[in-house]
Amino acid sequence: MIEIRQLSAGYNGQAVFSGVSLDFRPGEVLVLAGPNGCGKSTLLKAVAGIEPVMSGEILFDGVPMPRLSPRETAKKAAYMPQERGVPSISVRRMALHGRFPYLSYPRRYRTEDYDIVDAALERADASGLASRLVPELSGGQRQRAYLAMALAQDTQTVMMDEPTAFLDIRHQLAVMDTARALASEGRAVVIVLHDLCLAMKRADRLAILADGALAALGAPEEIFTSGVVDRVFGVSLRRVETDSGWQYYFA
Amino acid sequence: MKNSQTSSIRPERPLARVYLTLALLTLASAVLSLMLGPVSLSPGEVISALFRAEAVTAADRIALYARLPRTCGCILAGSALAVSGAVIQGVLSNPLAAPNVIGVNSGAGLAAAVCCAFFPGAYAALPFAAFLGALLSVLLVLLIAERTGASKITLVLGGVAISSVLAAGVDAVVTFVPDALAGYSDFRIGSLAGLTMSKPAPAAWVVLAALALAFSLTHELDLLMLGRDTARSLGLRAGRMRILLLAVAAALAGAAVSFAGLLGFVGLIVPHIMRRLVGDESRLLLPGCAMGGAVMLLLCDLASRMLFRPYELPVGITLSFIGGPFFIWLLLRQRKGRTHD
Repeated sequence: MIEIRQLSAGYNGQAVFSGVSLDFRPGEVLVLAGPNGCGKSTLLKAVAGIEPVMSGEILFDGVPMPRLSPRETAKKAAYMPQERGVPSISVRRMALHGRFPYLSYPRRYRTEDYDIVDAALERADASGLASRLVPELSGGQRQRAYLAMALAQDTQTVMMDEPTAFLDIRHQLAVMDTARALASEGRAVVIVLHDLCLAMKRADRLAILADGALAALGAPEEIFTSGVVDRVFGVSLRRVETDSGWQYYFA
Repeated sequence: MKNSQTSSIRPERPLARVYLTLALLTLASAVLSLMLGPVSLSPGEVISALFRAEAVTAADRIALYARLPRTCGCILAGSALAVSGAVIQGVLSNPLAAPNVIGVNSGAGLAAAVCCAFFPGAYAALPFAAFLGALLSVLLVLLIAERTGASKITLVLGGVAISSVLAAGVDAVVTFVPDALAGYSDFRIGSLAGLTMSKPAPAAWVVLAALALAFSLTHELDLLMLGRDTARSLGLRAGRMRILLLAVAAALAGAAVSFAGLLGFVGLIVPHIMRRLVGDESRLLLPGCAMGGAVMLLLCDLASRMLFRPYELPVGITLSFIGGPFFIWLLLRQRKGRTHD
């Protein structure tokens, strides 16, 4: 499990947020939400080792991050960034890159790597795309290719930065279904999401970041009743009970 | 799942065909390069010369002392510059980057000029000096790019600025020490005329070592192409790897420049041609570039000595005249049917 303790992080010596404590619990879908620039992406990047930690600490299964090599943390947490390169390589090759942390120089794939990648492709519903080139794929298909790569990394924690951006509604829901399925396998799934209604309906817990701090952390029910969304975003979140549970909307 | 291939799938077989064709082309152009020139030799004469330790006939002397160094030089410089270009484009994820665009060539050129001006005749030191010059300039460009936010266009602009400063440096050295680069215009344009084995021999070791290193780091190069964030999240120390790979590219370009002069174009267009043929995967791209670069330089060098016999054009000129239009034709032909973004 990844535990974040009193974390501050930011760019060029300027903290975007500070004093954030949060656990990425196995078996749970955690959504990070908040206004633009509140540091949701920075938080994930700090955990993925992309941005430096300014103060506080991140524990991977109880071990502080500085004591682990980048490859060791890459075996514990996978990260799907918002911005990605689109090289002209096959989807299978892309997924194989997910095995990188497990290979030592000069990086020869073992049979088990191919097996894990095949399973990851299957799991991400990308088997049919395996020999297609990434630039030829639609947004939703690319998402599946990247997911296959993250799954091939075989980590307990999977972090996704706005995985639903640029996707149509069907694909957005498919991403959330995958997140749910991964959580039910015992993984911790952490997603940065702008769509609050989708988050309220599908997340186990929400962490609302605002004004450089953690404004609220809790189950959707707690978040709703606390009124923190209304305060932070300056909107009014409402809900209505339907046959398929609560539906959220903005009045 | 069982390979239900559609038209958009690139099957493995044509890929094998691409490599086989490239290998045959390399061999054929090498043989032609040995045979043709102001005095043409028969295949038999070339083969018998190659298997002799000492030159006996006039044909042997032409094959062994005039043609062979030049053929080897073309293969070496062509492969080195093309692979260097592919590595630089991959590391900087910038299709506009190439050794001559981002100041690598002119850095190597300046170092070579300074080396020749102060230590005339130190041929063995030349590739290493050129490597250092190339490395320093590429690191300078990288530094500028990182300071200014590393946008693709800034990188190229920074490289162009550095290039022109360094080129002025070469001109200054040549002005003060006119003998520094004997045959200066040849060096500037790039030429392999009058090459003897002693010149490319030290560079050959640098090129071979750098190629071996580049071929062993293809996974790392691919990760960098996926973007810095993805590379780091997969446990790659992206900053360090970028510098290491750029050093490899600088070594390749520097070694080539040390004996072939400032041949620019190979490093830009051969990687692009190969990307279209075999895709972006470095494991396939780099060997393709090595062969493609060798073929391109061999054929252009051949054209430069055959077109206006007995006069000879520096190969840099032929390269631009043949390579440029060919590249434009390729761009036009492949514009349709590709959905690149």
